[in-house]
Amino acid sequence: MPEPAQRAWSRFRRHRVAVLSALALAVLVLLVLLLPVAAHFAARAGPSGQAFAARFDPDQLSDAQFQPPSAAHWFGTDVHGRDLFARVLFGAGISLMVGLVGAGVSLVIGVLWGAIAGYAGGRVDAIMMRLVDILYSLPSIIFVIVLITTLEGVVKSQLEQAGSGWLAHSARLLFLFVGLGAVSWLNMARIVRGQVLSLRHRAFVEASRAMGAGPIHILARHILPNTFGVVIVYVTLTVPAIILYESFLSYLGLGVQPPMASWGSLIAEGADQINPIRIYWWLIVCPGTLLVGALLAFNFLGDGLRDAWDVRMDK
Amino acid sequence: MIALRQNAPRQPRGAFSFHAFPALILVLLLLLIGCGRPQPAAEIVIANGGEPESLDPAIVTSYSDMRITKALFEGLLRLDGEQGRPVPGLASHWEISPDQTVYTFHLRSNLVWSTGEPITAEDVYFSWKRALDPATASDYAGQLFYIRNAEDFYTGKLKDFAEVGLRVLDRLTFRVELNSPLAFFLDLCCFPTLAVVPQKSIERAGDRWIGERPLPSSGPYSLVYWRLNDRVRLRKNPQYWDAAHTRTDVIDILPTGSPNVALNLYETGIADIVWDKDLIPTELLEVLKQRPDFHTFNYLGTYFYRFNVTRKPLDDPRLRRAFALSTDKDRIVRKLTQGGEKPAYQFVPNGVANYTPPQGLSFDPAQARELLAAAGFPGGRGFPTLNYTFFSAAGGAAKMQGKIAVELQQMWREHLGVTVELRQIERKVFYNTQSRLDYDLSASSWVGDYNDANTFLDLYLSNSGNNRTGWKNPAYDDLIRRANQQTDTARRAGLLREAEALLVETEAPVVPVFFYAGFNCFDPKKIGGLNQNLLDEHPLQDLFRRPAATNPDRTRED
Amino acid sequence: MYFLKRLFFALPLLLLISFLAFMLVHVAPGGPFDRERKPASPEIEHQLQAKYHLDEPAWKQYLRFLGDLSRGDLGPSLKYRNHSVNDIIAQALPVSLVLGALAFGLSVGIGVPIGYFSAVRRGRWQDYAGSFFAILMVCIPAFVLAPFLVMYLGIRWRMLPVALWGTPAHTVMPVIALGLFFSGRIARLMREGMLQVLRAEFITTARAKGLSEHTVLLRHAFRLAILPVVSYCGPLLADLLTGSFVIESLFQIPGLGTFLVNGSLNRDYTLVVGLVLLYAVLLIGLNLLVDFAYVVLDRRVKYA
Repeated sequence: MPEPAQRAWSRFRRHRVAVLSALALAVLVLLVLLLPVAAHFAARAGPSGQAFAARFDPDQLSDAQFQPPSAAHWFGTDVHGRDLFARVLFGAGISLMVGLVGAGVSLVIGVLWGAIAGYAGGRVDAIMMRLVDILYSLPSIIFVIVLITTLEGVVKSQLEQAGSGWLAHSARLLFLFVGLGAVSWLNMARIVRGQVLSLRHRAFVEASRAMGAGPIHILARHILPNTFGVVIVYVTLTVPAIILYESFLSYLGLGVQPPMASWGSLIAEGADQINPIRIYWWLIVCPGTLLVGALLAFNFLGDGLRDAWDVRMDK
Repeated sequence: MIALRQNAPRQPRGAFSFHAFPALILVLLLLLIGCGRPQPAAEIVIANGGEPESLDPAIVTSYSDMRITKALFEGLLRLDGEQGRPVPGLASHWEISPDQTVYTFHLRSNLVWSTGEPITAEDVYFSWKRALDPATASDYAGQLFYIRNAEDFYTGKLKDFAEVGLRVLDRLTFRVELNSPLAFFLDLCCFPTLAVVPQKSIERAGDRWIGERPLPSSGPYSLVYWRLNDRVRLRKNPQYWDAAHTRTDVIDILPTGSPNVALNLYETGIADIVWDKDLIPTELLEVLKQRPDFHTFNYLGTYFYRFNVTRKPLDDPRLRRAFALSTDKDRIVRKLTQGGEKPAYQFVPNGVANYTPPQGLSFDPAQARELLAAAGFPGGRGFPTLNYTFFSAAGGAAKMQGKIAVELQQMWREHLGVTVELRQIERKVFYNTQSRLDYDLSASSWVGDYNDANTFLDLYLSNSGNNRTGWKNPAYDDLIRRANQQTDTARRAGLLREAEALLVETEAPVVPVFFYAGFNCFDPKKIGGLNQNLLDEHPLQDLFRRPAATNPDRTRED
Repeated sequence: MYFLKRLFFALPLLLLISFLAFMLVHVAPGGPFDRERKPASPEIEHQLQAKYHLDEPAWKQYLRFLGDLSRGDLGPSLKYRNHSVNDIIAQALPVSLVLGALAFGLSVGIGVPIGYFSAVRRGRWQDYAGSFFAILMVCIPAFVLAPFLVMYLGIRWRMLPVALWGTPAHTVMPVIALGLFFSGRIARLMREGMLQVLRAEFITTARAKGLSEHTVLLRHAFRLAILPVVSYCGPLLADLLTGSFVIESLFQIPGLGTFLVNGSLNRDYTLVVGLVLLYAVLLIGLNLLVDFAYVVLDRRVKYA
């Protein structure tokens, strides 16, 4: 390990909350990945294995409607008698992917776009930022509708011809990622640009420029590292926003398809249950707690990472 | 950093301005809107369904909007609140020619607009002509196409309106000539499209005439104001011919989009009545059904799914019957809808006037598997993956669509061994997709316009825009045509039953799933004059609030 | 000079946005008159289209729209057929402005102090409590918070009306549900901005000069620390002032947000384009203000 990375790692380890968060997220991801695999193999391993597989199958309908949490169903069951624990874990997979794709897009496109616009200034800045304004003004629902309805069929049949039936099956998810990614980077670009505008005339930048450093060097070495903190924070804000926006799209019939589930759609389903007469509380509490927990972990992890890479923290 | 922490206790004092900041803004802005107009309360407040598209009776298309327009503009007849049957409205009596093609209506002599001008046969003529005028662009202009030459006039084949079968005989007499006998013409006369609207306002203000104040109304109520997404306020029209029987002075109608909001408004006493089937939270039906203020009844609507019969292999009626036979409708009604809906084995709902439906296909998985095998897919082997298309909407009740889809998918997998993919799309895309026959199976529903089997069965005529299955059957067309020219009630019912048997037993281009139930939520100790009927018809003039001091025991005797 | 130029270019920008929005809604499949039930004859359907010129080619419709726009008329709504888009905006905009401004006030009023103190008390329990609150707010969507508020404040304790609009009491729950969510985001951004500034050289210099901690923090640090929040506030305020669909439908508030979403879903072309235009005017204006605020807050910002 090179020396700075080592120092960062040792700093990160001291940040106890961040380490715990990282562990919790790792466990969640492992569960999400392993449960379907385990169920798949268990189904072939005798009757008790099959019972295990059926219990953790998110699409297994039963007559046990609206059961509260119990030993048989840790998170209770929903209207179709499906096991909520399995659905929440399955939903975690989709929601984490949606969130990470959105975060990735906003990290790559948003940061670069904002940094270039802010550093170049003048006409380049004006054009780039007006483009952001235009994209931000257009109604995203219609954008997603157009994206899904005009391209889904085409892409789906292309994928089917190419022989990847699995990908064709999740064509809708693919578009969901693209659509959500497309709207996720705009605010990031604006925030980074604001930071760069303020940074580019600071003493250390001017000094570097006086010493003959090129714009790429200055951006990469002096300006972007200084925006790192805000970028991390905004990314951790983007993840929940995207996950919740997906639930809104699902609610309009543009998001994940039933019988699939996402945290967003599960919480939206649960939120409908909140009423003064009777609450099936587990439908909102279980997916909600997991969402809040995962996002808290994300945020503390982000904090730890930021501190770890911040050279000045050593003092 | 360390120095900062040592000094930290000094900051809160200096930062007090920060604490005051939000409070200050809040107080300022509250003052700013504090000058909201205090409103006198209405006697009865009703949560009625989404924001009205329009209050123009020729334009409205949704049932919740029609409830308001019916209070503002009356037709020659109206539906009574007990049974939802046609009773005299602006016309006091009428004669029907022996061949049942000529109707002569006699208007009441004491008819006036709410603004005081008399209502005459000329007004009826104007209103019907306007509904038939292509420039009005009325969705329901088709309700008038039964009148002689009306369709030709609409499509431009006929230029002269005088040749359309409408005549003003004198100031109070109006004659209508039909193309052929029509068993349900009097029901149509109650329909909002045929209501009487004020000529002068419309000529003055064009499409925006509803915005005129005072707005002349011909019905029991007049419009005080209409605030978008806020409320519609109606006040008793004292000039209405039957004003003596209008029992409530001021009624507020809340455009409510969500079942949860409707329930909250009702539970806190802001709304007295919730009366749209889409406004009851389905999650709570099980509990609500037990309450004395919750009323459920048979309703003139069917939930069903369509096949696209132009696609293989669904062009084979045996396969369509196999799907129908493997659909456990009882399970859907019991597990999901829970509001007292009846499983549907026919397309025409129970209780439609002068009609007895055929048997239909019951739940019989064994027979379904036999049919599947006979069609060349024993045990579902070799059966292609089809899609089941439905929409999800931002309205509360539409969520049911997804739940039903999930259950159907499971039934077909279990009983037939076939895989059907669920395809959820956005609402407008869905209607467009369904019209273009770009689906394999699709979720559907239909609510009748009037109390007659024809409003359900004419959907599947070969040339109907609402067919949307690609199913064309000359024998079916012929049966419906003959039935509607039949003047004998019993023989007509027989022909219609024969047609429906073809539809749901033999050919099965559609599979009925359940008949809707209607819901009304109101406390019978507080609100009176609200009866439940097949058409979910509740004239506003019948509603009244019982005096607060009434002894509950006495009310029960009423 | 720079800002005058920006103002001048706003007009072509708005035209471009209106054109793109117009084309986008027309490209979306399904039209305003695609409904569950079709009229009895295709002729009726055709007349509906013809009445609103939907049978013309899109470019012609756009020119017609521009013609109306030059007279200040955004055209008739295709869904709410008794109302023009101008009517709808005139009735719904004031409601959204009040609700949006209050929610904005609340979110800034809560978010900025929390972010500030979290940063100043870095690593202490105040920091963790503040951050926890902020993240919690970010993760709890309004459609979960609002029903809970309604259930307790509105129904169990009968303190506030559960829905509708009109008196100050009606604004409390919607403002809380809407404002808290954004206060979490603002707190996070504020905390980060503050942390960054506190590490900068000139703060150390200021301290070395012997300025009181209070002066250092408020006069020097705060101005720079709030920059990320300011960047975020431009689009945020534009969003809030044009209404929130979720809050408006949960509390049945007659604002603009419902019209924008339902307009999109109903393919109410004229309404959508009109509202997008209104939104764009707000957004462009507010972003201009944000850029202006940069100069005021940080004198080193220059627009070359």
